[in-house]
Amino acid sequence: MSAMAEERRQKHCSVVLPTESMKAMAESVGVGQLQEDSCVALSEEVSYRIKEIAQDALKFMHHGKRRKLTTSDIDNALKLKNVEPLYGFQSQEFIPFRFASGGGRELHFYEEKEVDLSDIINTPLPRVPLDVSLKAHWLSIEGMQPAIPENPPPATKEQQKVESTEPLKVVKPGQEEEGTIQGKGQGTTTPDGKGKEKGLIRLKPRSTHELSVEQQLYYKEITEACVGSCEAKRAEALQSIATDPGLYQMLPRFSTFISEGVRVNVVQNNLALLIYLMRMVKALMDNPTLYLEKYLHELIPAVVTCIVSKQLCLRPDVDNHWALRDFAARLMAQSCKTFSTTTNNIQSRITKTFTKSWLDDKTQWTTRYGCIAGLAELGPDVIKTLIIPRLAIEGARIKAVMEGPVISNIDKIGAEHVQSLLLKHCASVIAKLRSPPDNVEQYRTEYGYLGPMLCSHVMKARTQAALQAQQVNRTTLTITQPRLRATAAQANRRPRTPSIIKVPSSLTLMSPRPGTPSQPSPPATKYIVMATSAGAASTQQVILVITLSSSQSASPVTSTVPSATSTLQPLVKLEPGSGPGLTASRPLQKYIVVSLPSSASSSLETKSSVLPTSISSSSLDGGMKLERSESPGASTQSPH
Amino acid sequence: MAAVQGGMSDADIETDIKTEPSTDGFGNNNANDGRVLSASPGSGSSTGSNKQTAAVTPEDQQTLLAVLQFLKKNKLIESVEILRREAGLPENSLDPKATESAGAGSGGAAGIVDLEGGDVSSLLSRVTGSSSAGAQAPTKAVAEDQPDVRVVLSAYSQQGDPTLYEVYYSDLKKFIETVLDCHRAELSQVFYPLFVHMYLELVYNNHESEAKAFFEKFSGDQECYYEEDLRVLSGLTKKEHMRGNETLLDFRTSKFVLRISRDSYQLLKRHLQERQNNQIWNIIQEHLYIDIFDGMPRSKSQIDAMSGSLAGEAKREANKTKVYYGLLKEPEIELPLDDEDEEAENEEGKPKKKKPKKDSMGSKSKKQDPNAPSQNRIPLPELKDSDKLDKIMYMKEATKRIRLGSDNLPSVCFYTFLNAYQGLTAVDFTDDSSLIAGGFADSTVRVWSVTPKKLRKVKSAADLNLIDKESDDVLERIMDEKTASESKIMYGHSGPVYGISFSPDRNYLLSSSEDGTVRLWSLLTFTCLVAYKGHNYPVWDTQFSPYGYYFVSGGHDRVARLWATDHYQPLRIFSGHLADITCTRFHPNSNYVATGSSDRTIRVWDVLSGNCVRIFTGHKGPIHSLAFSPNGKFLASGATDGRVLLWDIGHGLMMGELKGHTDTIYSLRFSRDGEILASGSMDNTVRLWDVMKAFDDLETDDFTAATGHIHLQDNSQELLLGTYTTKSTPVIHLHFTRRNLLLAAGVSQL
Repeated sequence: MSAMAEERRQKHCSVVLPTESMKAMAESVGVGQLQEDSCVALSEEVSYRIKEIAQDALKFMHHGKRRKLTTSDIDNALKLKNVEPLYGFQSQEFIPFRFASGGGRELHFYEEKEVDLSDIINTPLPRVPLDVSLKAHWLSIEGMQPAIPENPPPATKEQQKVESTEPLKVVKPGQEEEGTIQGKGQGTTTPDGKGKEKGLIRLKPRSTHELSVEQQLYYKEITEACVGSCEAKRAEALQSIATDPGLYQMLPRFSTFISEGVRVNVVQNNLALLIYLMRMVKALMDNPTLYLEKYLHELIPAVVTCIVSKQLCLRPDVDNHWALRDFAARLMAQSCKTFSTTTNNIQSRITKTFTKSWLDDKTQWTTRYGCIAGLAELGPDVIKTLIIPRLAIEGARIKAVMEGPVISNIDKIGAEHVQSLLLKHCASVIAKLRSPPDNVEQYRTEYGYLGPMLCSHVMKARTQAALQAQQVNRTTLTITQPRLRATAAQANRRPRTPSIIKVPSSLTLMSPRPGTPSQPSPPATKYIVMATSAGAASTQQVILVITLSSSQSASPVTSTVPSATSTLQPLVKLEPGSGPGLTASRPLQKYIVVSLPSSASSSLETKSSVLPTSISSSSLDGGMKLERSESPGASTQSPH
Repeated sequence: MAAVQGGMSDADIETDIKTEPSTDGFGNNNANDGRVLSASPGSGSSTGSNKQTAAVTPEDQQTLLAVLQFLKKNKLIESVEILRREAGLPENSLDPKATESAGAGSGGAAGIVDLEGGDVSSLLSRVTGSSSAGAQAPTKAVAEDQPDVRVVLSAYSQQGDPTLYEVYYSDLKKFIETVLDCHRAELSQVFYPLFVHMYLELVYNNHESEAKAFFEKFSGDQECYYEEDLRVLSGLTKKEHMRGNETLLDFRTSKFVLRISRDSYQLLKRHLQERQNNQIWNIIQEHLYIDIFDGMPRSKSQIDAMSGSLAGEAKREANKTKVYYGLLKEPEIELPLDDEDEEAENEEGKPKKKKPKKDSMGSKSKKQDPNAPSQNRIPLPELKDSDKLDKIMYMKEATKRIRLGSDNLPSVCFYTFLNAYQGLTAVDFTDDSSLIAGGFADSTVRVWSVTPKKLRKVKSAADLNLIDKESDDVLERIMDEKTASESKIMYGHSGPVYGISFSPDRNYLLSSSEDGTVRLWSLLTFTCLVAYKGHNYPVWDTQFSPYGYYFVSGGHDRVARLWATDHYQPLRIFSGHLADITCTRFHPNSNYVATGSSDRTIRVWDVLSGNCVRIFTGHKGPIHSLAFSPNGKFLASGATDGRVLLWDIGHGLMMGELKGHTDTIYSLRFSRDGEILASGSMDNTVRLWDVMKAFDDLETDDFTAATGHIHLQDNSQELLLGTYTTKSTPVIHLHFTRRNLLLAAGVSQL
């Protein structure tokens, strides 16, 4: 009681504006030398009136059926008091005040940017916002809530987690209530609806293993579509796996399906099916409502198999199984990022596995390739510490195959692929490690056989970066207000590229300083920037800007395609600046800046639209295209 | 209270004293009188002027006497003379009392104006000590409706030493903490009103720092449901702030009502008298209305269930009026209707139609319901042919209705408004669920058709001339096919639209807005027909009567108004709420109107007389939704506190409390047969409650019915039939279709 009282008292403690503010305001309207007494009297009066208005404004918020107080509420409250409202502060979403802190001081300011009139005139008009519309869905059917995307997932990720990791944990009162309510409301769908009687010894809750008829049908349809021959159907099925909220009950079955499927098809060397299965893995990982941790023991071996297996296809000399290895390696890297913890140590275990088999002399070129790809995808640090030191040895091995007597064509192809893989991944890292004068001889002494090639790649990377740095200088950076609902939106949409790097708020992004790799550093989440080094041979920097709506500008390097359905604004156009270099091999970096969806409506159907400025910009649409060049599925159909 | 300083007896303040009773005092009166006088329909909004001219009314004379007495006491002889001359009072009218002792004084006062005896004597008791106060408790009850005199004069006596306030309060606190458990809960009720009044007195008398200290010391002790008011109070630290502050005005003009058992009350009285704690005793006398009952003291939970409103609990008398809650007999048109039905339906219509009726209304038969008002108590519009057709449709649908129950839950269809950019402020469905209307923060009103039938306008006048008026399908022909669309926008308001309601015949739509108007729109032409102006402040809610023609509106100006569509001025003004009226609902028989308010009370008003016939207290936050059960017996209310309360209108009792929501409940709806209550809330859930069970479970005997002291079981969890969470869409509106499918609407907040 006393603690509560304490707390409340603090809340009620009347806050009064500082007298300095009064002085500052008085000066701003031309009243200098305001007396201290007047300031005190004024500040008390003003504080009281402000509180009064705030209380009235709350009324309008409640009647507006919102949780957020808006500027119009304040205006209306002022109107109630017969006071002229404040003009020019209309803002539906948030008050346009920015916050900055530094040097121990916190500052709220209203950002007024100078806007070039010609910019406004020349920018294409924003798209007309969509009109209000109605959408109906079943919230409940005779007491049962159907598991459709419009409804929240029947069991949240946290619940699934609790269920799987701490089955015996005593449920907190709130959760228990929730559980029983759900149990009542949803009949048998909630596995733990019953069995929560207090006082009993808590046994591990029985989870339902039988699926309803609908779920069985769904499972059958989905799995058939995923491995079937119709690509359109497959895309649909994968989309469903990636977005539908009610799949958690089928998750064990999906994971078994994948793991068994890989086991069988590796033996049968059925490359296409393996690719399909990996895409299923990807879709599962993309689904934000699933708690995959429980099934990693089945999924990871399957993925690793697809990376390092000696043979994945019937004709290793012709088929592009390399793409599958790349794709699976990327999946592996993604799961390392998402699931690796200090307890399961996935990343280090995986790294060890890869390194071990790579170090083995008897390892075949295919497996070798897989190991390197798997390691390389784990990021520049891994490349630096594990791959670069071994470049010389690996180079010698490659040399032996390339220049030695032709033993088999397959080995030669393998060696070639390993070589290009190493060059691709190492060049960008070396470009950052070494300072500019790139001397071929130096490279040769350091990296052996691969040295000269590496040198040219590094130089290419540097020129590329320099080029971009220039472009960056020309490009304006458009940053709209940071979305307040960042977290919600993030939960809602998981980015679909392997590496996710969260970037501090917009301002730090503004200056891509030359010389610094614009690998942004972790804190504060405002935008999601996904950076991947792309494996394509294109020499152009590809910047993907996902704008989710009315884009208003197109800069030289960035172009945006308004997505079909959504209504969001572009947030950031960003160019990564790499240090100005003389030569570079093939540095490629993709930055994908995702603006967060602003209104709910679109979240269901938003698909990121991507248009890289590279030549291949013609036929891209839809979110899947992020993996465009990497998707083995795509690449088998059109090998490059 | 208005002139506390008067006590200082400075000459310049004296003028204040003389003027203030006539301005401040009477101004305050009006708020109260409004409540009392609204008995006379149409004149509910009392204007203060007539009171001043009629100076000979007993209360007025009483006021004057009291003022004179005060002046005399402070030896302001000249003023006494002037005032007496101006008021035309006989010279001796005052003398005996002023000179005599308290007991005789009260006797004298009672002798002069019999009824108001309590007023003056209580005044005297203040002057001379509280010796005679005990005897006045009974008379007070008689005089409680005229608090004005005391309000005016209360200020005079309150000039105790500001530093002693804390002592007084903590002394009382100590006392109450030590009394027997059974009395403690009851007596604890006085803490909050005392706290507020003592604080206000300190503020009013410019003891700013003492007030602050007092507040900080004791605000933490108050019940948590007064938090909102305390916050308002905490901001108020200066006398100047008190002017124009509505919350304060309420506190000063209306008495805080407490219900205390006689034993507890005696205990308190004895204590205060022993301690000579006049300060507190005076406040209790002046600002509190203590409703004493005989019998067992109530328990803490019983008290908590009923308290929380801005002005305490409802007085018992307030809920004694008989309410005709029964349904009207289906009007005579039922007979021709039956015939048509029989013809159309091969004799099937009649039995079928009767069945659901029986189910839903229980004892209701062809005979007049004994609890129903007489058929023409309120003149209702005559049914048109189209209405009859609609009734037939209704009957047909009703036969297909699903019987709901705990094992047969309704399906819920959710209408999400997309791209509304958080602007949706009100939603309504037509009774037949064919149209949905939305009011938006951008002042627009939009109507959608949710059936394949598109919305069409009537042709222009010129085109209408051309059509054949004799043809059978003339109603079809007048429509302009070119205008067919799924939705229509109507412009007219100049502020957010907070309330919206379809007329039962689907020809009209009402909308109420921040701009202070209620607009009537035609759904044939999709234009505005009338703007009803009367509320000068935002109108929070409006609703059509179930029989059409009448509608009710309520808003920030604290009054609800009853209108008829063809009158531009309101027919009734229901005044009495102490804060904004947030929601308004018609009783199914159209004879009553329920209003929910920010003062955390629900009032039920008689449309015929304009009287307030029920006051329900118990909510701890502004009430945002109300729903009458289809049989007219019960009322459900939902508030920002996340609780749904159920009320028995006939007995004026709380019937149940449904806990579960975690945020404001914006929508409540009974299923068509009254078995299930659906509630929609800001916490993104729709919940279904087994209200039949709630009503059945509650055992009410004569005693509880008489005293209103019910024991509520905490069985919300058993009554909760289902919770359906949306992804992130607060539920703004709920509607049961005629077949008992639940429709919900909201705007997604993602």
